[in-house]
Amino acid sequence: MKCIVCVTSVPDTASVIKISGDGTHIDETGIKWIISPYDEYALEEALKITEARGGEVTAVTYGPTRAEATLRDCLARGAHQAIHILGGEATLGDSLTIAKVLAAALTGRGYDLILCGYKGVGTDCSQVGQMLAELLGIPHVSNVTKLTVGDGSIEAGRDVEGGQEQVHCPLPALITAQKGLNEPRYAALKGIMAAKKKPVEKIEVASLGINEGADPFFTIHKLELPAAKTAGTIIHGEEDPQAAAAQLVKLLRDEAKAI
Amino acid sequence: MAGILVFVEQRDGEIRRTSLQALSEARRQAAGRGWPVSAVLAGQGVTAKAAGLSAWGATKVFVADDPKLALYAPEGYAAVLTKAVELAAPSAIFFSCTALGRDLAPRAAARLGVGALADVIGLSLDGDRFMARRPVYSGKAMATVSCAGKTPQVISLRPNVFAAEEVGGSAEVVALSGLELGIRAEVKELTKAAGGELDVAEADVIVSGGRGIKGPENFALIRELAAALGAAVGASRAVVDAGWIEHSHQVGQTGKVVSPSLYVACGISGAIQHLAGMSSSKVIVAVNKDPEAPIFKVANYGIVGDLFQVVPPLIEELKKLKA
Repeated sequence: MKCIVCVTSVPDTASVIKISGDGTHIDETGIKWIISPYDEYALEEALKITEARGGEVTAVTYGPTRAEATLRDCLARGAHQAIHILGGEATLGDSLTIAKVLAAALTGRGYDLILCGYKGVGTDCSQVGQMLAELLGIPHVSNVTKLTVGDGSIEAGRDVEGGQEQVHCPLPALITAQKGLNEPRYAALKGIMAAKKKPVEKIEVASLGINEGADPFFTIHKLELPAAKTAGTIIHGEEDPQAAAAQLVKLLRDEAKAI
Repeated sequence: MAGILVFVEQRDGEIRRTSLQALSEARRQAAGRGWPVSAVLAGQGVTAKAAGLSAWGATKVFVADDPKLALYAPEGYAAVLTKAVELAAPSAIFFSCTALGRDLAPRAAARLGVGALADVIGLSLDGDRFMARRPVYSGKAMATVSCAGKTPQVISLRPNVFAAEEVGGSAEVVALSGLELGIRAEVKELTKAAGGELDVAEADVIVSGGRGIKGPENFALIRELAAALGAAVGASRAVVDAGWIEHSHQVGQTGKVVSPSLYVACGISGAIQHLAGMSSSKVIVAVNKDPEAPIFKVANYGIVGDLFQVVPPLIEELKKLKA
């Protein structure tokens, strides 16, 4: 099985987000970049599949120079090789352009299964995987929490509101991984050392025939912090929880009109 | 031509409420421009439901009624949508940002060669271009964005943010047939969660439990409070990772980002990742024994106390209110 895993770098989920001077981006000062958490499930699943069935895992990212750290992380966990498409700062959040770049880079490479995270934890669009599948002309299953790979097809469980869709899909195909699919491994020291010797192919985005930012499908006009919450009403219920509960219900009904 | 086309979801042949919210918002946005609002519906035996969408503002309803479309099929539904777009030539297509909408909207947008905006919580028109507000970094920041390039603009609306509003009226029903569905990814079955539990992503009221509930067995108390409020059950990442409850209940940056009208956090201290996922709720209630817990910084109402002593009388008070 040839598996391709698309990964992206995002601010650590513990980051406090600040807005940059231009008012349309985050202030990257002090931000620690990590592999997007859902991409870890995609990578782990690809590693498990190739360990069980043979084959190879290629990690691919579209991002600036710093994104190489994310690829090295994938290589350290067991990916065999990596592709780094350099760029992406001008197209942040432009899902269709990102999908076009990935599609251009992957066309002609040969693959059985492409795996993406269910969303990039940051722009939170949850769109690139589905768009990439459409551009490559292959079927997809998104939001996958259960996967069985057969010969020439997959059976996938896809989480939906109040249940799960059981999907049969021929290969080649694309899936997006949701939490619950597996338990991602950490990179061991041996893997980290080995990763340094594994190949990372560098591709300039312009060489794919894409002029970044020339024909955008998405514009970000403004980025701002959410309005600060004003201080709420605190009821001390340590002494008389019964009275506190009664007071809360009264406030929710009469003041907040929430019940 | 112009106007807004709304993709309307059904499950088991019943129209989903979130789609009525999207349809209502389309009608409100279109009114100022004099734009028509149309709807597209795919499923099996759904033709009878089509005309009823007029009550929510659609003046034309495209229907693809086919056994192959009874359950969701990304490629088949995209084919139906593409056909409706060809006939209606809309300026924008609205989806509800549900599991189905999140899956279908980007696939359809790529097929149409247009940009898409997901998880929108506020909309306004600047000429013919929609300016959309959407949370990013799981709500730690708010972005104002738009589609660029050619139309239609594909826009998915977060459930339970936009009001569904019945207005009456009549609609022309147009059957779509002879479509090349091209289904490869095929949903064989929809298995439902035990007890038909309400999903946090769709709920208007959520009661969540965190580490403070001490053990998985105590989710019974959280469920009891949820039942008294007609709420869905949510959870913090800590208790999901501990295996106390399934991941589908997780609220936060690596779970679901929610904005119900009432969110009750029990025994949740309020890690930044959890706050990111719920702080846009309209009214937040926190019950926690630690007065310094960060959850109190976003709570409209907080009870400092032992949840095992506070929640049972809370359930009683709520029951009294109902009686």
